[in-house]
Amino acid sequence: MTTMSSDFTLSTLLPGAVPAMPVASATPVMQLENVSVFYGNYEAVRGTNMAVREHQITALIGPSGCGKSTVLRSLNRMNDLVAGARVAGKITFHGQDLYAPDVDPIQVRRRIGMVFQKPNPFPKSIYENVAYGLKINGIKDNMDDRVEQALRGAALWDEVKNKLKTSGLALSGGQQQRLCIARAIAVKPEVILMDEPCSALDPIATGKIEDLMHDLAGTYTIVIVTHNMQQAARVSHHTAFFTAELDEAGVRHGRLVEFNDTGRIFTNPSDKRTEDYITGRFG
Amino acid sequence: MTTTATRPSAAAAPVPADLRRSALPLRRRMTDGFSKGLMGLALLIALIPLGLVIYHVTSRGIAVLDWDFIIDDIPNSARRAGGGMGPAVAGTLLITGAAAAMAIPLGVLGSIYLNEYGKQNALARLIRTMADVMTGVPSVVMGLFIYVSYVLIVKEQSGFAAALALGCLMLPVIIRSSEEMLRLVPDELRQASAALGARRWKTTVSVVLPAAISGIVSGVMLAIARAAGETAPVVLVAGTIFTSNWTLDGANTTLAAQIFKNAGEPFPAAQERAWGAALTLMVIVLVFTVVARLISSRFAIKER
Repeated sequence: MTTMSSDFTLSTLLPGAVPAMPVASATPVMQLENVSVFYGNYEAVRGTNMAVREHQITALIGPSGCGKSTVLRSLNRMNDLVAGARVAGKITFHGQDLYAPDVDPIQVRRRIGMVFQKPNPFPKSIYENVAYGLKINGIKDNMDDRVEQALRGAALWDEVKNKLKTSGLALSGGQQQRLCIARAIAVKPEVILMDEPCSALDPIATGKIEDLMHDLAGTYTIVIVTHNMQQAARVSHHTAFFTAELDEAGVRHGRLVEFNDTGRIFTNPSDKRTEDYITGRFG
Repeated sequence: MTTTATRPSAAAAPVPADLRRSALPLRRRMTDGFSKGLMGLALLIALIPLGLVIYHVTSRGIAVLDWDFIIDDIPNSARRAGGGMGPAVAGTLLITGAAAAMAIPLGVLGSIYLNEYGKQNALARLIRTMADVMTGVPSVVMGLFIYVSYVLIVKEQSGFAAALALGCLMLPVIIRSSEEMLRLVPDELRQASAALGARRWKTTVSVVLPAAISGIVSGVMLAIARAAGETAPVVLVAGTIFTSNWTLDGANTTLAAQIFKNAGEPFPAAQERAWGAALTLMVIVLVFTVVARLISSRFAIKER
């Protein structure tokens, strides 16, 4: 065990991985205080405490069924769309309680955008896909410029500039996912939530999206859920490790085990379960 | 038995597999051919009545059908030759149009409520059950219902009463078929729209409806075609006329009602008019279907 942890470093685990950028103590944009998410009477995730820091990438990792996607979807109230879903505890965005009774979930989602696991462009033209969010937010001027900016921001412009009128569904999977990112950044949210954005993509497309995330982190705050630990190590500044555990009554709940700088999580985790997971002994 | 025996040796010294169709066992090839033949035959049998209907109606109707037939008044004696179906064409267009104008908005909005808002709540489940029950109500019963609840009260048979009856017949068909189409729209699209900060109504209008529009139009066209051919409620509540009435007030008639009436007459002139009316009705329904398809393909989203 001692030999294991002595040579247990990020570089041996992930040859070629860039050590995470120095993590300045950026201001937290979002805070989770003792957050539990319920589906009906079932507590899917219990007692989560973590922070999302401005202009940095926070990764949520863990085995299937550990509640990381559930936590992600509670950050912009997408869980509201699931019948019976309920959040306990406190999630704040710039100090404002997201689940306060007078908070409008629509306003929340306009500031906290989302990219989904499966690329889901609207069955409309590439242009219309990007313009849609602008239109529903009442923006009508400089539409062409804004669409171009968003597509450039998502590193897709050069590939689609000559076929903006064709359907978004005619693009490849990786291009569709970048179109979805363009669609999300067109409305200039502060935070972008990404729910396993690369799990349906090949390694080349994945690489492009990861590069893109690095670029976007300068402007946006990103929270990403991923199954892929290497991906978390490559792109994120902070990592939250979740796992699923049985409680006294034998019911499975997702739990946040450890939340720290990505470098620390991958080189010197403080919890045995984290170490087991990232060294591949579990999960 | 022989195949299992050869397997181990085949694994030991791999022989290139024979991939030709002729290498398949005879039984499998025969089953395949037989199934294909059966499907072709089923299609053919299904097409026979359709082909015969089109052939008979066209061959008998084409002799009578000309522009005069479409615009001329109906002779008020069935025995008399000549004349046309002008009032019935007018009545069909007017009554079916009015019924559609009432039933389509109600039906489509109702289906949106069921699939996007009500989902599985008690009210939505009640509406769904009632719509299913209404679909099964025979048209003559719907005619009687309008007769007692409207015609007897205003004391006048009218085109509007017929439109009400046809609208009631169309409504459940439109609600249920549109709901099925909305159900087919993937939830991912609704979520993507919601994640951009769209309200549910906005999502429904700009994402869900365009994705479902061609299916909804198909359902609506089926309902319209069925209504245009309905006879019993029209005979009951619209009365009959011999000169065109382009208003919903007062008695009216439709092609279907005239087919019923004229085909029952023993006089060859009346029977010819019935065939002509049948062809006219078929052409009208066909034209509307084609036009609706053209319009919906314009609004519909392109897959590629």
